[in-house]
Amino acid sequence: MVTLKVPTPLRTYTNGLTEINVQGSTVGAAVDDLVAQHPALRPHLYNGQAELRPFVNLFLNNENVKDLNGLETPLKEGDRLMLIPSIAGGRE
Amino acid sequence: MLPYLSHEEILRYSRHLLIPEVGLEGQKKLKAASVLVIGTGGLGSPVALYLAAAGVGRIGLVDYDVVDFSNLQRQVIHGTSGIGVLKVESARQRMLDLNPDIQVDVYNEPFTSENALRIAADYDVIIDGTDNFPTRYLTNDVCVLLGKPNVYGSIFRFDGQVSVFYAKEGPCYRCLFPEPPPPGLVPSCAEGGVLGVLPGTIGTLQATEALKLILGIGEPLIGKLMLYNALDMSFEFVKLRKNPKCKVCSPEPEITELIDYEAFCGVPGHDRDEGSAGEGWDISAPDLARRLQQGNHIRLLDVREPHELEISQLPGADLIPLGQLAARLSELDSAQEMVVFCKSGTRSARALELLVSAGFRKAKNLKGGINAWAREVDPSLPIY
Repeated sequence: MVTLKVPTPLRTYTNGLTEINVQGSTVGAAVDDLVAQHPALRPHLYNGQAELRPFVNLFLNNENVKDLNGLETPLKEGDRLMLIPSIAGGRE
Repeated sequence: MLPYLSHEEILRYSRHLLIPEVGLEGQKKLKAASVLVIGTGGLGSPVALYLAAAGVGRIGLVDYDVVDFSNLQRQVIHGTSGIGVLKVESARQRMLDLNPDIQVDVYNEPFTSENALRIAADYDVIIDGTDNFPTRYLTNDVCVLLGKPNVYGSIFRFDGQVSVFYAKEGPCYRCLFPEPPPPGLVPSCAEGGVLGVLPGTIGTLQATEALKLILGIGEPLIGKLMLYNALDMSFEFVKLRKNPKCKVCSPEPEITELIDYEAFCGVPGHDRDEGSAGEGWDISAPDLARRLQQGNHIRLLDVREPHELEISQLPGADLIPLGQLAARLSELDSAQEMVVFCKSGTRSARALELLVSAGFRKAKNLKGGINAWAREVDPSLPIY
């Protein structure tokens, strides 16, 4: 089991949960488990082709999964996944 | 050659001169340096104040707004006496009061593809204190094209991000975020709110990074993204790597000059007419009041969050928060006349878009939101 940290802008779709326990032997399987638990997240993470949307950044421990093996990256017990959102506030 | 420091300056900066990593030479480097601060709001306030206090010799400020009462909860460079004053002027006065030995250049204009390269070319370090995706991508591309470091900070509610995007030595903003999120997914602070002290924390870290870059000390946040959450009091760091296919900073970039960033992001960067759904889709607060008074049956749909009802309400309105609207369309009747509203008209304009695409032809957006209603129809309601 690994934990997945949900950023503030996406917590609307996880009933306010900030950390979610997910199952899966790869990053892709873990994200599938996440959207199975919280289906409202799906359109925000995946595009029509079941690929992660380009503005979604998923980090495994402190590395971007894009710099590892993408959704195929294997997971081990105790790993930590983190979704990092684009946020833009600051001047207003 | 580094500039000379007067006796008065030596006294002013004595706490810097005592630090071996800064010293007299470092202080002279600060005096010789120039920093451009884009945005004089939440992030720009602490950045500009601390850079001025630290003795950065020339500081440029870009903003096009005037100080508003609702800014003062977090934009600490401005004061109550400055309400209605241009932000760049209000900030300049405060900075020169703090430190009359520096030069403050002001650009009272939006930062756009037309002026950005000209303005930024003249500075050593660029600080991104903007509040929207088009200007963030513009700032990034300007820094990549000019070979300058971009000290990035961004905030949302209790969350903050800081990094130094410096394409010469590491990844750029586009390496991490090749594309912006679709319009409407990430609410702005004006719609979503922000803890007032948060831009203080994040802006102060940006100022720290700018000073380190100028002094050439420590480890700058190049290739690292810092993530802060005020509720957890957590600071986390992740590694960022250069994207070998980055459209702007890879060896064979697709983007070699500035583009239309509003079109790229699908949202306006400098919309002064916020709260409008576009011509033909709006109704003004006085018009709505008149039509209701005439006895027209108009359904009022409030798309704000439940906790906002404690601040102000329109009698008889139904609440469906924007985030739930798509799933709750069956509660609405497309044959009925309807006016959608929120705080200031931004969220309701998005709600209207959703309704129109679902076949609702008789819906309109309350231009300027319930705040416009409070201003123009019912002054007993507060404006927030």
